[in-house]
Amino acid sequence: MDAAQTKNGRTLLYIYPVLILIFIGVVILSLSMGAEWISPFELWRYITGQTAGEYDFTISMLRLPRVLLAILVGGCLAVAGLILQSIIRNPLASPDIIGVTAGGSVGAMVFLVLFMGTINIIWLPLFAISGAAIVMFLIYGLSWKNGVTPNRLVLIGIGIAAAMQGLVSFMIVFSDTNVTTKAYIWMTGSIYGAVMKDVYQLLPWAVIGILMTIMLARTVSTLELGDELATSLGVRVQLIRFSLLVLSVMLAGSAVAFAGGIGFIGLIAPHIAKKLISYSFVHLVPITALIGAIMVAASDLVARTAFYPLDIPAGVFTAAIGAPFFIYLLYRNRYHN
Amino acid sequence: MKTKSRVKKRILTFIVAVILLILSFFASLTLGQTNISISTTLHAILHFDPNNTEHIIVVTSRLTRTLIACVIGASLAIAGAMMQALTRNPLASPSIFGINAGAIFFIVVGITFFSMESLTQYMWIAFLGAGVAAICVYVLGSSGSQGVSPLKIVLSGAAISALFMSFTQGLLVIDEQRIQTVLFWMTGSVAGRSMDMLLPVLPFIASGIVIALLMGHSINILLSGEDVAKGLGQQTIWIKIGIAIVVVFLAGGSVAIGGSIGFLGLIVPHMVRGMVGPDYRLVLPLCGITGACLLLLADVAARLIIMPQEVPIGVMTAFIGTPFFIYIARRRLS
Repeated sequence: MDAAQTKNGRTLLYIYPVLILIFIGVVILSLSMGAEWISPFELWRYITGQTAGEYDFTISMLRLPRVLLAILVGGCLAVAGLILQSIIRNPLASPDIIGVTAGGSVGAMVFLVLFMGTINIIWLPLFAISGAAIVMFLIYGLSWKNGVTPNRLVLIGIGIAAAMQGLVSFMIVFSDTNVTTKAYIWMTGSIYGAVMKDVYQLLPWAVIGILMTIMLARTVSTLELGDELATSLGVRVQLIRFSLLVLSVMLAGSAVAFAGGIGFIGLIAPHIAKKLISYSFVHLVPITALIGAIMVAASDLVARTAFYPLDIPAGVFTAAIGAPFFIYLLYRNRYHN
Repeated sequence: MKTKSRVKKRILTFIVAVILLILSFFASLTLGQTNISISTTLHAILHFDPNNTEHIIVVTSRLTRTLIACVIGASLAIAGAMMQALTRNPLASPSIFGINAGAIFFIVVGITFFSMESLTQYMWIAFLGAGVAAICVYVLGSSGSQGVSPLKIVLSGAAISALFMSFTQGLLVIDEQRIQTVLFWMTGSVAGRSMDMLLPVLPFIASGIVIALLMGHSINILLSGEDVAKGLGQQTIWIKIGIAIVVVFLAGGSVAIGGSIGFLGLIVPHMVRGMVGPDYRLVLPLCGITGACLLLLADVAARLIIMPQEVPIGVMTAFIGTPFFIYIARRRLS
């Protein structure tokens, strides 16, 4: 135990710096690359105020909000996935596979189609979170049959996801033609057209959600020992599980509100994090968030530069990486279950 | 004595199903934005008058739509029944297997990169996509020690569907003008299609249905267990390949005409087995009739619910199908 902990500690010592370096690298590249190449050196001059404002528009208006939003969305989705995986105790659980993201999409679509213009847009995240929450509790309630088994929950989640996709298509077909195209790009998962206002709106949800998860992290490790043992150790199992579920829904829902259905981040990021450090939930949360942030920022970078001038939704790239990875997990676990 | 009453009951079930099919067929012809009386409908079919608006509606729009719904409903239901037999999995069906998503992705690729325009080309590429998706999911779901487990199949299907769907979406976003046309078709619809779309696919679907009906007895033997079937001298591998080909023709063909219509292939076989038991010689034909009937009714409802607009039929079947899916997941897989 001690040996394992020391090893873990040593691993942590270089994992944080390496991840943060990659993270900074992606951010710099995201600010530099695009229609106009702005070298990191120029960037530095811009940040320190030595330029004559020629980059104001490109960096402050276009690239910076976009990369910041990508980071926040990635962090939220990744932590939401981590929580779900540990509650459901199934490595394949993620907000998009079991339909929580789709529920968020429905909530956001309801806002965009019905209330756009009558209600201030700052309430959009609340609609998406409510949608995600309703779906989550629907799934949880429907899989209840003398308790919830992970398998049943995943199966029923997939069923509900199909119905939610039906609802989204339904609303898209009936919205205005110009809303359709927008809604469609948004649904695939895109940070296209992010502005600073979006970042400020998502920031509190993301920060509060992730911080509270870290605060609950110690209890999560106890929860994973099993309900009975955790109860005997004085953990209020049902309450903790419920709060975690609420946090997961909040994180996933608010991310969906701004970036649509960027898929598979909630699945992959926690897996990579668990590969990097052996188990310690307290560190898993920030590391997962970092990995998620890097993945979405990198996907968005590739999505907007690789096929320039086309701007492809980042969700296409995350799915292109995520779906084969999911299949690999399924294949690797073929002797279990 | 008991067998006799059972035979009677089965005959009765078939008669009731056929009557319901005829009723829903006429409901589909007569109901909609303009309700047309049955006598006018019959008159329009038998003595078409090109100057009569109601006649034109019946013959050009409603009749085609009704026939397409019948064909797709029957094929999807039979395909679902065949897949459930092949995989011995109560949740197997074209949409769960990702066949719809695969076929649609291939069609969109065909349109975007190979500028395909004719329906015959769509059909072949849809068959290809359906086949690729089905093979992927089956291989993934059946690998491992315990063979095909329902959860594995559903998860593999969900992953494959998600992959194909996001690729499709990526292609569509590149080509924004096409979204509007392709979207309605992706949600699944039997409306606004002409007879020319049905005809090239019909031979494949018809032969698929005929082969399926002829295979009833062999499927019964296959279902009694792989070893038993082999012991009885059945070449199980050929039966399985036969089933796979029929499924690809029926499901791929349906997608080529009507787009993604989910859950029908899941629900109908369960309903039918509940009515006549597990004998596939009866299950398959009754699936055809019930599937056609159910899709017709769903289509009529889709027209009436929010008149003057229409709900895409794929959305209708998703709403009907989800509760059923959950029921099976709760009931059969605990």
